[in-house]
Formats: sequence, C-alpha cells, structure tokens
Amino acid sequence: MILKIKYFGLIEEITACNEEDFVFFKETILELKEILFQKYPKLENTSFKIAQNNEIANVNDKITGTEIVLLPPFAGG
Amino acid sequence: MERYNRHIILDKVGLKGQEKIQNASVLVIGAGGLGCPVLQYLTAAGIGKIGIIDMDIVTISNLQRQILFGTTSIGKNKAIAAREQLKNLNNEITINAYPEKLTHQNALQYFKEYDIIVDGTDNYATRYLINDASIITNKPLVYGAIYKFEGQVSVFNYQNGASYRCIFPKKPNGAEPNCSEVGVLGVLPGIIGSLQATEVLKIILNIGDVLSGNLLCYHALTNKITKIKFKKNALEIEKIVEGRKTFHLKMDTENCVIEKFEIPVEKAFQLKNTQFIDVREYNEQPKITFKNRVQIPLSELKTNLSKIDITKTNVFFCKSGIRSKQAVLLLEQEEIKNSFSIKNNLQEIINYINHEK
Repeated sequence: MILKIKYFGLIEEITACNEEDFVFFKETILELKEILFQKYPKLENTSFKIAQNNEIANVNDKITGTEIVLLPPFAGG
Repeated sequence: MERYNRHIILDKVGLKGQEKIQNASVLVIGAGGLGCPVLQYLTAAGIGKIGIIDMDIVTISNLQRQILFGTTSIGKNKAIAAREQLKNLNNEITINAYPEKLTHQNALQYFKEYDIIVDGTDNYATRYLINDASIITNKPLVYGAIYKFEGQVSVFNYQNGASYRCIFPKKPNGAEPNCSEVGVLGVLPGIIGSLQATEVLKIILNIGDVLSGNLLCYHALTNKITKIKFKKNALEIEKIVEGRKTFHLKMDTENCVIEKFEIPVEKAFQLKNTQFIDVREYNEQPKITFKNRVQIPLSELKTNLSKIDITKTNVFFCKSGIRSKQAVLLLEQEEIKNSFSIKNNLQEIINYINHEK
C-alpha cells in the first residue's frame, strides 16, 4: 500500500521533506519504524511517536490507515 | 462591569460566565513567548487571581516575541516585569509574581493555590515536573510548546483525562534544542499562547470541546492544523500518583548535577591538558577555530564517544551553554568523568579569545 507520511518539527530536518509517499508492504507500525530507521538512520536517536489516522498508535498496531504522522515532542516556549 | 461588556453580552458567557472568570485562579509557569499572550488575555478577561512563576531576566532578544515587555523591562525579572505591565492592563485583579524557579520542592504548594495550571516553559525537565505536579494536585494543565514554525497545544488532567506522559511517557534525552538555539518565528508563540488562553477560558466557562485527549498541531507555513487523538494511559498516571509522597524529595537533577560542571570561559582556558569540543551542528555560524578545538555535534556525540580523549579534560561549548550541559550529562551517563561545560554564550567565548590574543 502507499502511505502518506508527514514529518513534524525537527523530524522534517532529518528527512529533508515534510511529507512523502511511501510504498509499504509489511504490516505493523514497528515494521514501518524499522524501514524508516534504515532510510533515515538519525531517526533512531530522536524521540517521536507515530500517529495513524490522526491517532497515536502503538508499535504493535497494524497499519490500517494511509495517513501517518511522525510526531516529536517540542520543548520551546 | 463595563470593562467586561463584550463577554457579558455573549450568550455562552453572560454575567454568570463572567463571574466564573472572576472567581477563577490560574498559575502561569514561564512568562516568555507563550506566557506573555496567555497572561495578557487572561488579565484582560478578568481572571480573579493570576500567578506568574519565572526566574529569568528580560533580555533584548526576548522582545522579538515576548510582547508583554518593552525596552524598559530589560534586566528585570520576567515575573515582576510582567506583573507591572499587567497591572496597567487590569488593576481589578490579583496578580502574584514569583521570581523563582519551579522545583519539586515548591511545585505542589503553588499548584494547590490555583484552579488551572498553564505550561509556558522552554525545557523538558520543567514540562515533566509540571505534568506530574498537576496529576498529584489534580489540576487541569493547559500545555503549549513551539518549535521554529510549529506549535502544539493540549489540555492534560482535565476531568481525570489523559496527561502528557500518555503521549510521551519519558523525558527525551535532551538533545532537542530550544528557541534561543534554533530560532522561532516571533508571532508563533502569540498564536499558540492565544490558543492556550482560549482553552483556559473554555475550562472555566465549561463551554465547547476542551482539547483533552487531543494534541493540536499547528504549522504556520502551511496553515495546517492537525488534531491528533491519544488515549489515557492509566499505568503512567498511576506511577505518578504512587510517587506523590516522595515527590517533594526529588532533586531537580538535571540542574543540580550539572551546576558544578558549569564554568565561566576564563576558567575553562586556565585548565590544563584540555580538549575543547564544539557541540554545535556543522552548519551553524559563526565557525570558530582555536587550539585544541574539535567539533562533535551533540546529535552525533553518543555515536562518536571514541573521539573523546579520556586522558584529557574535556570542555564543551555551544551557542548558549544548553547543549554543552547536555553533553556533560551524556558523558556522565557513559561514566566518562572530568568534563565541563562553558556557561557563557558563544559571543562571549569569541570575545574572550580575541581579547586574549
């Protein structure tokens, strides 16, 4: 399936784009994470959560949506 | 009540609603980019009692976004300077200024004195402290945070709802930079702070849908607002509740541990057998070179520990002294001792080097 992945905050600086289409053949959020780590090794040292269909997902969740967000915490104020 | 006429004539507010606002109390932590607009709108709205905690001093680089202050505020404590300005906006309410740092020792006492807590701080350590203290004192927490052109807003612990730890259970390792290091569009905290003030008023008035269980993400460049839902994680909240009796005994380690490693630039250059490590990213300006200086960006430090010469005294520096502190902490975690962080900012370091030449 083709996922639309959006990168928020400083993740955008690691991926050098704020969204991209991603062809994905596996099943879970964890598997997606592993593929993203291969593509963007710096992500591994970065804190973020993954949301699908605008809801925070757990790593073991199956991917059911096509809209994915990588969401880091922000510190600034 | 003429002052509040435009509230009173609103059908969802009315005289009763305005009375609720005047009977409410709100504690705002951080009178910076977010705190300024929050304080201005809440003061204008006539919140009965407002508390402001901030230990920082107003500097000229704050004025680009911290619109409560003027040039005459420079050098003053932010909580005190904010109170002065707000008194002029509305002298019918109580405003308490606390020119001090929020700690595990004083947080619960302050939180108990207010109905609603607003987080306008700029670092993870304080954000987690605020979240946990809100859980223990059972206060709704209106959260806001910014990064460059983006902001996040949510309401935690609202009617036993989800908390910050339900999205991000653990404090990040601290490599994430703040506004003074990466910059921020001046108007952005104005937008995010205004959204926070709106949530405060909705909670008080009991109107609309409060942002509980939702993280609102705003992007100034695309004008996109994304609301991300998250569930309450009862286990994470239970852990905090269980630790309530020892909460005040916790040390604010991040600051306590580090302070003794923070040294002024002149002392750093007096140390013997030193290696100076610039932990800024490679693209940061200005580039500087001097004897015994190497560059290892903080983001790469953990994977480049072999580059650290443990026979030397390692002295870290960066743009503002924040990332260099984190570098010392990171080395401590790896059991590498004898490292220091220069507490001066880069310009002061450059001035010192030029002066010594």
